[in-house]
Amino acid sequence: MTETLTAPAAGRAPRRIAGRVKAAACLFVLFALMPPLAAALDDPFWILIGTRFLAYAIAAMALDLILGYGAMVSFGHAAYLGFGTYAVAILSSYGIHDLSLQILAGIAVSALFALVTGAISLRTRGVYFIMITLAFGQMAFFFFISLSAYGGDDGYGLTQRSSLFGFDLTGRDGALYYVTLALLIGLFALCHRIVNSRFGRVLTGIRENPVRMEAVGFAPFRYQLTAFIISGCITSIAGVILANQAQFVSPAFMSWHRSGELIVMVVLGGVGTLAGPIAGAVAALTLEEGLGALSEHWKLFFGLFLVLMVLFSPRGLTGLLEKTGLMRGKS
Amino acid sequence: MMNLFILQLLNGVQLGVLLFLIAAGLTLVFGIMDVINLAHGVLYMVGAYLIATFAAVTGSFWWGLLLMLPAAVAVGLVIEFLVMRRLYARSHLDQVLATFGLVIMANEAVKMIWGTSPLSVPMPDILSGSVPLMGPLQYPVYRIAVIVAGLAVALGLFVMVNYTRVGMLLRAGATNRSTVSALGVDINRLFAIVFTLGAVLACLAGALVAPVLSVDTGMGESVLILTFVVVVIGGIGSIKGAFLGALLVAVVDTLGGVFGPILLREVLDPSAASQVGRMLAPMLVYILMAVILFAKPAGLFGSRA
Amino acid sequence: MTGLTVRNLNKSFGALKVTDDVSLEVAPGELHAIIGPNGAGKTTLISQLSGQLASDSGTVNLGGRDITRMPMPGRVRLGLARSFQITSVLPGFTALENVALAVQARKGSSFRFFAPVATEAALNDAAMRALAEAGLDDRAHVLARSLSHGEHRRLELAIALATDPKVLLLDEPLAGVGGEDADAFVDRLRRFKGRLTMVLIEHDMDAVFKLADRVSVLVYGQIIASGAPEDVRNDPAVRAAYLGDEHGEAA
Repeated sequence: MTETLTAPAAGRAPRRIAGRVKAAACLFVLFALMPPLAAALDDPFWILIGTRFLAYAIAAMALDLILGYGAMVSFGHAAYLGFGTYAVAILSSYGIHDLSLQILAGIAVSALFALVTGAISLRTRGVYFIMITLAFGQMAFFFFISLSAYGGDDGYGLTQRSSLFGFDLTGRDGALYYVTLALLIGLFALCHRIVNSRFGRVLTGIRENPVRMEAVGFAPFRYQLTAFIISGCITSIAGVILANQAQFVSPAFMSWHRSGELIVMVVLGGVGTLAGPIAGAVAALTLEEGLGALSEHWKLFFGLFLVLMVLFSPRGLTGLLEKTGLMRGKS
Repeated sequence: MMNLFILQLLNGVQLGVLLFLIAAGLTLVFGIMDVINLAHGVLYMVGAYLIATFAAVTGSFWWGLLLMLPAAVAVGLVIEFLVMRRLYARSHLDQVLATFGLVIMANEAVKMIWGTSPLSVPMPDILSGSVPLMGPLQYPVYRIAVIVAGLAVALGLFVMVNYTRVGMLLRAGATNRSTVSALGVDINRLFAIVFTLGAVLACLAGALVAPVLSVDTGMGESVLILTFVVVVIGGIGSIKGAFLGALLVAVVDTLGGVFGPILLREVLDPSAASQVGRMLAPMLVYILMAVILFAKPAGLFGSRA
Repeated sequence: MTGLTVRNLNKSFGALKVTDDVSLEVAPGELHAIIGPNGAGKTTLISQLSGQLASDSGTVNLGGRDITRMPMPGRVRLGLARSFQITSVLPGFTALENVALAVQARKGSSFRFFAPVATEAALNDAAMRALAEAGLDDRAHVLARSLSHGEHRRLELAIALATDPKVLLLDEPLAGVGGEDADAFVDRLRRFKGRLTMVLIEHDMDAVFKLADRVSVLVYGQIIASGAPEDVRNDPAVRAAYLGDEHGEAA
């Protein structure tokens, strides 16, 4: 019966892909309408929280690029959020407050870290890969905890507001919000092109059947590593936004719980769809906020929700993918 | 300096023994069932809270320990029956999500039941105090007892894995799962036994460490990741690998923090040395892991990558 | 035209010697069949030749170049392709996409991130040609997982052809294919003769004796006979070890 189900985005089904682009476009329009709405309600809190939603949407989408299209379950992606946030803090302590430079610095550090840790992690599979990425993420976490010049465990407050080419970003008018939305749209377009390119086809091919890919002449490692690096770099952009949104950085941005939450966002929205994880990020954060408003013990319900969601979805959330060979966790 | 070294080495061994207790169950669960369980650190925490409760009720560490064990068996069986059993055939991603959910739930539930302030467990009288080691060097009796107890459990596990029928099945299962089912063994029961055994060992580690650490909700988290490093270094499914990996990780972690800055002073000026040392120390075990994996992707004793 | 030379190849799994001092000379343009009973180590040998399995000792030489230590992707790029006994395709890709990927592997860089691959005419045209050669062009836009068993076998062949091989390793291409389908498949392989060097593992003895220029017999990892089909058919050792009953069944 599951034979009739089709794989999400293995590169075909143009109608399905066009549908996803449309869904993403709808989301973007809704996002764009948010600030005027907040202004009408005279509640700038919504813009602030909306920026956070958009930043996590970027991160979830970036994770989907490797998790959904490359079957690489990275449990250390919060590290890249961290590199982005600390790029903001460290540059700011040297008097640099320009968003574009912050993004560049975050990307540079992330690329290097992803290159080294990815090269080691990708020599392994399955459970190993998950645990090793988790461990490397934790390594980054501890590094920033011991970075006493930037507050260590306590974090570091940003004193000066960031700007983009001279324009102040952190005013009440939602400039940062719109910049983030523009980034999200641009990065979505980028990821969308990547997954439908030659490179993307190789990446999805490796997800479906790595041995077959070798047998036609592709060495999977270099493609997986490249995707891993791209994903890390994009995630760091989300980190830059988060630091600017909160005006504060701390190692808490890169705890392994955060990595887990990113995976939850991707799965909630739909693995291997790009647009899905954007919605997934909004859904997961809304759920957190909503449960948080209901009970101080909301985490109990959030955890329970996760467990039940996995146990009672018919074949598991990723069952569909496994059926089609997408999530070759088991070999 | 020598004294400090010996003290830290003993501390390292003590941590290593505890890590082994936790990692042993985890590596078997990974190796035999191919299930990733993020909630294993939770069991360690639960063990500590259980002994804290039972010791407080009975007024005795020993009664606490004794009562903790059947409670740990119950916890293991319940988690296996309610959650883990349904995850064996699922993808790793499903397992990650569900056990991550368990972690979040358990942390919050522990906060609700026991509150947020740390608990302490009284040290048994007979094991308090210190013994002279050499010269002026003293070492707490309790820590020595932890080492001895841990080694005894390790020896017991070793005997069980190598000389009993269940152990034979475990070894067969860790290298080749289909062999075990071909032998006509009730896989579900074997899995339940393995998971519960692992759960009890993790709880035991938490209970043993409770008198020397404060018992709080965060305690399972840092240990979980260290345990992952141990399992990865040792090779998934290998008890021997878990034992050596645990000692290696613990000793490197303990000695690195103390002696890293001292060694760095040879090449850097003192303030830079202490700063760099402090930053590098918590990363040492991960660097160790990276180096070992670079040379041996399946870990030291891993049978499959 | 490229030949394949194998010398003293060995492979053991634990105490089990699966490939035992195998030497093989496949002349350029020849179709060389390897036959043998189940468990003789035929698929293991193909995996060693294709680079999927590392050999314990011995050498593999492709057109005068030692490729013993080369991983599979490198061998494919030198023109050594294989098909799999158990169909191994990308289930979520269409037949055309499966084949186009094989074309892409040899045509230009795959580190292109922006241009949409689905509309690359050069890839699709070459892939369609390979599909036509394998007799599957009418099913080009069907997802691989929806193809029938016989179509899967043809897709395997089309993918191997699309890598533009000089030497083609075919691991039981006819497994599970019967009747007219099998005849058509044999005709197809015959058309490649003289254009490609082929190593064929096959249980269907009719097909083997229709197609092969030379036949080697593998029993318990050892080549016990090698020569023209008629000579091998009449070799008493071969008849004793294997051919008698198995051929009787097939015929």
